Amino acid sequence: MAIFDEELKDLRERVLKLGCMVENAIRDSVNALVERDSDLAKEVIKRDHLINALDVGIDEECVRLIALRQPLARDLRLITTAMKITTDLERMGDMAVNIAERALELNEEPQLKPFVNIPKMAVLAQSMVRDALDAFVTGCSRLPYEVIKRDDEVDDLTVKNFEELLSFMIQDPKRIPLAIKRTYIAKYLERIADHATNIAEMIIYMCRGKMIRHTEISDAP
Amino acid sequence: MVANKNIFEIKDFSIFYSDFMAVKNVMLNIESNKISAIIGPSGCGKSTLLRSLNRMNDLIVSSRVAGEVLFHGVDIYHKDTDVIELRRRVGMVFQKPNPFPNSVYENVAYGPKIRGIKKKNQLDQIIENALVKADLWKEVKDKLNESGLSLSGGQMQRLCIARSLAQEPEVILFDEPTSALDPISTAHIENLLQELQKTVTIVIVTHNMQQAARISNYTAFMYLGEMVEFGDTNSIFVNPQNKLTEEYITGRFG
Repeated sequence: MAIFDEELKDLRERVLKLGCMVENAIRDSVNALVERDSDLAKEVIKRDHLINALDVGIDEECVRLIALRQPLARDLRLITTAMKITTDLERMGDMAVNIAERALELNEEPQLKPFVNIPKMAVLAQSMVRDALDAFVTGCSRLPYEVIKRDDEVDDLTVKNFEELLSFMIQDPKRIPLAIKRTYIAKYLERIADHATNIAEMIIYMCRGKMIRHTEISDAP
Repeated sequence: MVANKNIFEIKDFSIFYSDFMAVKNVMLNIESNKISAIIGPSGCGKSTLLRSLNRMNDLIVSSRVAGEVLFHGVDIYHKDTDVIELRRRVGMVFQKPNPFPNSVYENVAYGPKIRGIKKKNQLDQIIENALVKADLWKEVKDKLNESGLSLSGGQMQRLCIARSLAQEPEVILFDEPTSALDPISTAHIENLLQELQKTVTIVIVTHNMQQAARISNYTAFMYLGEMVEFGDTNSIFVNPQNKLTEEYITGRFG
């Protein structure tokens, strides 16, 4: 069984690596925007295929482990969790690409106003990804529950960001194209936080064997 | 009164071989028309417990029991129990197919004949029914007079199941019924068990955890004579509550 344990360790490490790559993509895409660094934005777009390849590789490995090792109990929950969360991670990578694409467009135009909400959202979203994946490795703790709570902060910032941009658009309709792109970016970050929430929910399943998706979390330990 | 859905209620039940306590204070309910599997490492007492359900352990001189095994609410270890009738109602199929050295027909007819059924057409009907239910009829209907021992391993095991079914049992106990069979015969027996479950309660001891996972409704995990965990099969294999169960089913035992 030692071989199987090594395979599971390797699987965990690959998921972590994917998580790191996605976290970097989120950070770099937002930095490309805030610092008007189009080279960095192109870099994020160029790197996305690595995320996709790792996602596919992890899925294939999970199917192999299910077929050949017939995992049960916590092993089964670990492998099914890995399969599901890599899909969320890959989607986050796509969102980072979308942010980078909007950054490229916005960097061609004069800046509407300094970025305030979006960097805050990015920091929150990154921390959610990081903490969800820490929980994936360290196991049962309060961490995934905290990640889920943090999603509300991101949602609040999304609304706040939209309201501010709306007032800009009302004041001067010529600002609408730029303002809309900024609302898109906030929306992408909000989606990233949603995917991080999905991951946290799967980690709770992995630890406790209980699906909490689409339920109120009333019995957090 | 609500009908009791538990055909067996095992209460604080222990089995001793001389001074050795093979089964320790087990509490377990067996639900009617369900498949209950008992798993655990060799020597954990699972076969001993299974055999106690129709008092097969009586045959081992040094064995004695404590506690109760209620069958339809009546303790089968009471001195007034008709053990022959108990074994008719609670049949058994063993690891190694063990047909009598006799024809296919006589193998299945043996029980009904002992019960006093003598009319040819009535016996014929019972035998056909039993062989159909055991999913063997099509394969043996033209060789009912051939020796039961001439059949393949999987067919012999189904003959033993038919022999048991001819007694119209309420429960059949299976002790590793497929461990001597190839995967095709095993799948055949597994499908059969799930079909039989509609009319017969099944308790199965198996070393093959995947088999327990595939066919049973409930799974019991035993270790060193104790009932460590019992629950619906899905819970046991996806999210066991006991650390020992988890270690055993994930192959990280000891």
